[in-house]
Amino acid sequence: MKQIVVISGKGGTGKTVMSACFAALSRNSVLADVDVDASNLHLLLHPEIRERHVFKSGLKARVNLAKCTACGVCLPLCRFEALVEDSDGKARVNPLSCEGCGVCFHVCPVQAVELETPVSGEWYVSETKYGPLVHARLGIAEENSGKLVTEVRKKVREIAERERRDLVIMDGSPGIGCPVIASLTGTDLAFVVTEPTPSGLHDMERIIQLAHHFKIRTACCINKHDLNLENSGRIENWCDARSIPVLGEVPFEVDIPKSVVRGIPYVEYAENPGTQEIRKIWRSLLDLLSS
Amino acid sequence: MIISVASGKGGTGKTTVAVSLALSLKETHSVQFLDCDVEEPNVLFFLKPQINESLTVFTPTPKIDESHCNYCGKCAQVCAYHALAVLQDTVLVFPELCHGCGGCTLLCPERAIKEIGKRIGVVESGHAGKVAFLQGRLDVGQAMSPPLIRVLKKRLNPRRTVIIDAPPGTSCPVVESVKGSDFCLLVTEPTPFGLHDLELAAATAREMDIPCGVVINRASLGNGDGKVRDFCAAEEIPVLMTIPFDRKIAEAYSRGQTILETFPAYREKFLDLFESIRKRVS
Repeated sequence: MKQIVVISGKGGTGKTVMSACFAALSRNSVLADVDVDASNLHLLLHPEIRERHVFKSGLKARVNLAKCTACGVCLPLCRFEALVEDSDGKARVNPLSCEGCGVCFHVCPVQAVELETPVSGEWYVSETKYGPLVHARLGIAEENSGKLVTEVRKKVREIAERERRDLVIMDGSPGIGCPVIASLTGTDLAFVVTEPTPSGLHDMERIIQLAHHFKIRTACCINKHDLNLENSGRIENWCDARSIPVLGEVPFEVDIPKSVVRGIPYVEYAENPGTQEIRKIWRSLLDLLSS
Repeated sequence: MIISVASGKGGTGKTTVAVSLALSLKETHSVQFLDCDVEEPNVLFFLKPQINESLTVFTPTPKIDESHCNYCGKCAQVCAYHALAVLQDTVLVFPELCHGCGGCTLLCPERAIKEIGKRIGVVESGHAGKVAFLQGRLDVGQAMSPPLIRVLKKRLNPRRTVIIDAPPGTSCPVVESVKGSDFCLLVTEPTPFGLHDLELAAATAREMDIPCGVVINRASLGNGDGKVRDFCAAEEIPVLMTIPFDRKIAEAYSRGQTILETFPAYREKFLDLFESIRKRVS
């Protein structure tokens, strides 16, 4: 079983559109949306949810005000600025800032602090017309997105093994931080979708450095490539110099957002040079995976 | 006044809106700009600031003094992040899991732990004309951006007109960036992705008790912005500005230019946007 993750560094370059196309073009794969923070793949794949799981992770402190003696010991020790002094001198926890380290819990002389494990998200196993999909929803303003990504990936591998599916396709999240790292580790290929803008180029460089840091092989495609041919050339040169294959160039195409509005993978919405290019990219990607 | 610009979905035009707003205000206001998207800082391509100062940012991680350690296991027991493991005659530290809370150092009965700095990135400052500029840049390979964002935000000057470019998403880095703002501007686009993530971003702002308003970018895309407007009306979130879909704007962006450089008339619209935010905050 091989695993590919679609990433970009910069947001909005076309990760989800590309992942949905790959889902539609693939045979015998399992799909995962590992952008648990702002997941969108379900809007193109229309999953029927078969299993729902609660995601509990991390701790949050809570002060039992009946026990708190307003001694103030905990207040200066919280490094996350999560403890606020009330008007009566008692400590109150701002749950948005609390990272659940438990320092206040350990230092409280009267055991007035309780640590709770809150529900911080949900994850789902679903059926789509393209194969099984595992996806998730992190609670609003929550942390531990990396752990939720790990949870989703565990389930995806389990399904792939059980159903003897040979490929896992994962739609990743923007950035280079903890959820991206959690989605990269142990994959066979990171497929980077970039665009010919200064941000696209800069963010691609950082995400490829990150992938190489974890010894993950990379390949890329340039979306909206005709928006700025000079920058597209720069991206190709940058990739060539590092032997990173550029598998294709998708034109700036109004049909793409139209396909998103209709909720259909682009390759099933239109037949044009753009979708032909994506089919070509997909074939090259499979060749690369088997080489 | 502190205005943060967020979106949920990436690539909707946060940076374009934030920079255009700053440039529209620079003659009449003392503007400070913070690029809090420390994983992928992009504002510099548009504001083109001169960087004068770079500060390396460290987070504390434990270092065990094995000559004082009796391997009692207390540190591993109190670490909520499993960043320490105590074996029979050694203590393993996993700095990538450490949140720098200081619990192990504080609670070690033998005082055998001290903290050393682990580099996570830099905070850079400078100016673009009259606009004071600050950005964070997370080192590639570092997982946790909130500590860097916290250091960056310590430099925020609330007496100025502060504009914060937030990262995409709705989780901890966004919360850290938007926290303390007087107003949160949410930039969206009229696609199912844009609307879905706007709903999440609006819920985040509500959770944080920060008033928000919406900018609809690429408003003429697809079937138009009807559904976004319906959502905003139902949630009583004002739509403060719309920007049409125009390939020229996308091309300008690809050259590192904001809307203002392609369509100077937008300056008035951004001033109106600021005025309507100001009225809502006061």
